[in-house]
Amino acid sequence: MSTLSVQDHHGVHHDEHGHEHHHDTFLTKYIFSQDHKMIAKQFLITGILMAVIAMILSILFRIQLAYPDKAFPLMETLLGRFAPEGRMDPNFYLSLVTIHGTIMVFFVLTAGLSGTFSNLLIPLQIGARDMASPFMNMLSYWLFFTASVIMLGSFFIEKGPAGPGWTIYPPLSALPKAMPGSDMGMTFWLVSMVLFVASSLMGGINYVSTVLNMRTKGMDLWKMPLTIWAFFLTAILGILAFPVLVAGVVLLIFDRSVGTSFYLSDIVLGGVPQPFEGGSPILFQHLFWFLGHPEVYIVIMPALGISSEIIATNSRKPIFGYHAMVYSLVGITVLSFIVWGHHMFVTGMNPFLGGVFMITTLIIAVPSAVKTFNYLATLWRGNIRFTPAMMFAIGLVSFFISGGLTGIYLGNAALDINLHDTYFVVAHFHLVMGSAAIFGMLAGVYHWFPKMFGRLMDEKLGYLHFWITFIGAYLVFFPMHFMGLDGVPRRYYAFTEFESFERWLSVNTFITWAAIMAAVAQVAFLFNFFYSIFFGKKAPQNPWNSNTLEWTTPVERIHGNWPGEIPTVYRWPYDYSKPGHDEDFIPQTVPYSETMSSNLPHDFENNPIGLEEHNKWTNTQRSNEEVK
Amino acid sequence: MAQIQQQKDRVDYTPKKFVMWLIVFSSFMMFAALTSGFIVYVGGKGKGLDIAIPPIFLYSTITIALSSVSMFLASRAAKRLQFSTQRLFLWVTIALGIAFFALQVNGWSQLVGMGVYFVNPNASQSFMYVFTGMHLLHIVAGLLLLLNSLVGSYRNIPQVKRVFWMEMSAIFWHFVDIIWIYLYVFLLLNQK
Repeated sequence: MSTLSVQDHHGVHHDEHGHEHHHDTFLTKYIFSQDHKMIAKQFLITGILMAVIAMILSILFRIQLAYPDKAFPLMETLLGRFAPEGRMDPNFYLSLVTIHGTIMVFFVLTAGLSGTFSNLLIPLQIGARDMASPFMNMLSYWLFFTASVIMLGSFFIEKGPAGPGWTIYPPLSALPKAMPGSDMGMTFWLVSMVLFVASSLMGGINYVSTVLNMRTKGMDLWKMPLTIWAFFLTAILGILAFPVLVAGVVLLIFDRSVGTSFYLSDIVLGGVPQPFEGGSPILFQHLFWFLGHPEVYIVIMPALGISSEIIATNSRKPIFGYHAMVYSLVGITVLSFIVWGHHMFVTGMNPFLGGVFMITTLIIAVPSAVKTFNYLATLWRGNIRFTPAMMFAIGLVSFFISGGLTGIYLGNAALDINLHDTYFVVAHFHLVMGSAAIFGMLAGVYHWFPKMFGRLMDEKLGYLHFWITFIGAYLVFFPMHFMGLDGVPRRYYAFTEFESFERWLSVNTFITWAAIMAAVAQVAFLFNFFYSIFFGKKAPQNPWNSNTLEWTTPVERIHGNWPGEIPTVYRWPYDYSKPGHDEDFIPQTVPYSETMSSNLPHDFENNPIGLEEHNKWTNTQRSNEEVK
Repeated sequence: MAQIQQQKDRVDYTPKKFVMWLIVFSSFMMFAALTSGFIVYVGGKGKGLDIAIPPIFLYSTITIALSSVSMFLASRAAKRLQFSTQRLFLWVTIALGIAFFALQVNGWSQLVGMGVYFVNPNASQSFMYVFTGMHLLHIVAGLLLLLNSLVGSYRNIPQVKRVFWMEMSAIFWHFVDIIWIYLYVFLLLNQK
């Protein structure tokens, strides 16, 4: 009892203490905050703004694709020299495609997704006061912010932003004079990405160290929610993959600025032979895709983790195959490092090597399918609550299936030679990693909004947002499969010069209008999000009746997360609808001794004393029954 | 309790030390990528290094290996509360680190003297400069960490903190040492 009173004593004085020593000014609370919850919000809001910008860019180039011969005077007003006489400049089109891809893949779906939810949920769900290094965490956000500013800043330089595609293949990216988009804009891109990688590494290193070292009492690895497993493995992927991109980019910078020939050979520019000799552009592709492929799992795995948690919570059922879910994440993590060659089937790769990459690629379908089936099995006969978060999580499963299936086709070297760089590829990855990951992110926003802001988002707007976005995404990306099968190449400015592709113009127009519809639907989200921050309905402590630790923290979101001692964890996070319990959820902090009526023998696998107590209790119950 | 917990957090440096290990891993990945790039380049283009590595790189290797020894001695002294010995060996380590830096830069000028330029149609020779250059950046970072420990050893700070900073710089310094030995052996194996 004496310990209890000591705790109370300190608990009461904590606030006072905080005011005396923390000096929470506006600057330290909202700007240079070291609190993981505030950093998460910073990442989220920056990520949302970047997503809106990248979405507007995509609408701009969709308009070009739908109306290649039409002049839009408004466009000249908006874009100035990038759209002379209302017609989009071809080089600017390439820049739009490049920056759209870069922002979406890195700034939204890597930093915006991992940055937000790893920061928010890792300390909260494993029971830690903050990250391993809060200072590095803050630095991670500010490097990301600087990288965003530089990336967007490239729109304001004379020759426009980078244009060689988000994969920045040399020689196009290595020769500043090759095209306007290879000049200053490319330099900005490289500088921005170096800062971005530094930010990602700092974040990832923090996440891994926090998960491994700072779990609360009782939280062993097999009691961690699947979100944490996903964030943890994602961070490992980042730590191993991003330095490889740095190596590739360093060599590219030397080729661009110093004149080395790592990637360049036999170049003739405007009729003038260039001095570069002996380089190999394929080398860059190897280095890039060694990062690039793990990167797509960096994008999708957090979304998968988030949807595991949301689907289990809102199906009111334990996640189906928890261990299988973890092992499939581990499998994806390991396999993702040995499949990068499937992006390079048409580089003249040795067919035997191509065969090896094909097999490893197809093996990834196994853990992915395990995850999909487990989602479906979790939903099966669940007591489903269709919250907006749940809708988006189910949407993720839908996109993951429909986009994943085409991955099996693209993974085959023989088929890929035909489909490479067509709209089939565009359709594939926009569904499986684009739409799926953004749906995972949106699901996370709807689900953990109360944890971030202490308020609830409006459900009706959420449903509106979901249905239009869901239908819009399919209307945009599904027709692209057929374009790709017909051989329509990606990244082209206009197809009017190709007689065989002209018949796709009507489809392109259709896609553009679907995209505009989906884009307008995001206004519902943006309004809902920003309005609810200030005027949303006040959230209760545990609005979704969820089991995980973050819902045991007070709604006020204090520094240090828990006012008193960090709670101890006794059980896994998925005890939903456990037979024999009076409620349909049992939080992780409830010991088995308080839930005798719902305990099962396998709850005590490594706990003989507990098992003995359990048997004693069931025997007593049975004898009581007999007496009756 | 919150206060007690916070004080406990302040003493527990394990997660922060783990952060340093992860930094080491990610740095290692970058060097692994560069050397793999070298292998892919040489394999694809059939152009090797085709030079004998100048002996100065052997001397620099010995220098940095010695600096690891002095780093170890400094760490041990710090743990045994022998602060003057700690300072002495830290100074020695920093001196050896700077000597290594100078030797490497001198190695570059010797390479240039041999006609092995950075801007080179045989990029495997350009890789020499990238390996050593990226490594020197790590040396600079390591020297900054060492300086931090040195400043800490002169100031009156808690022993845990002193040892923590020593361990942070020791992990990193031994790592840059091992990475250099890896690069040196890699270059030796590929020299002709």
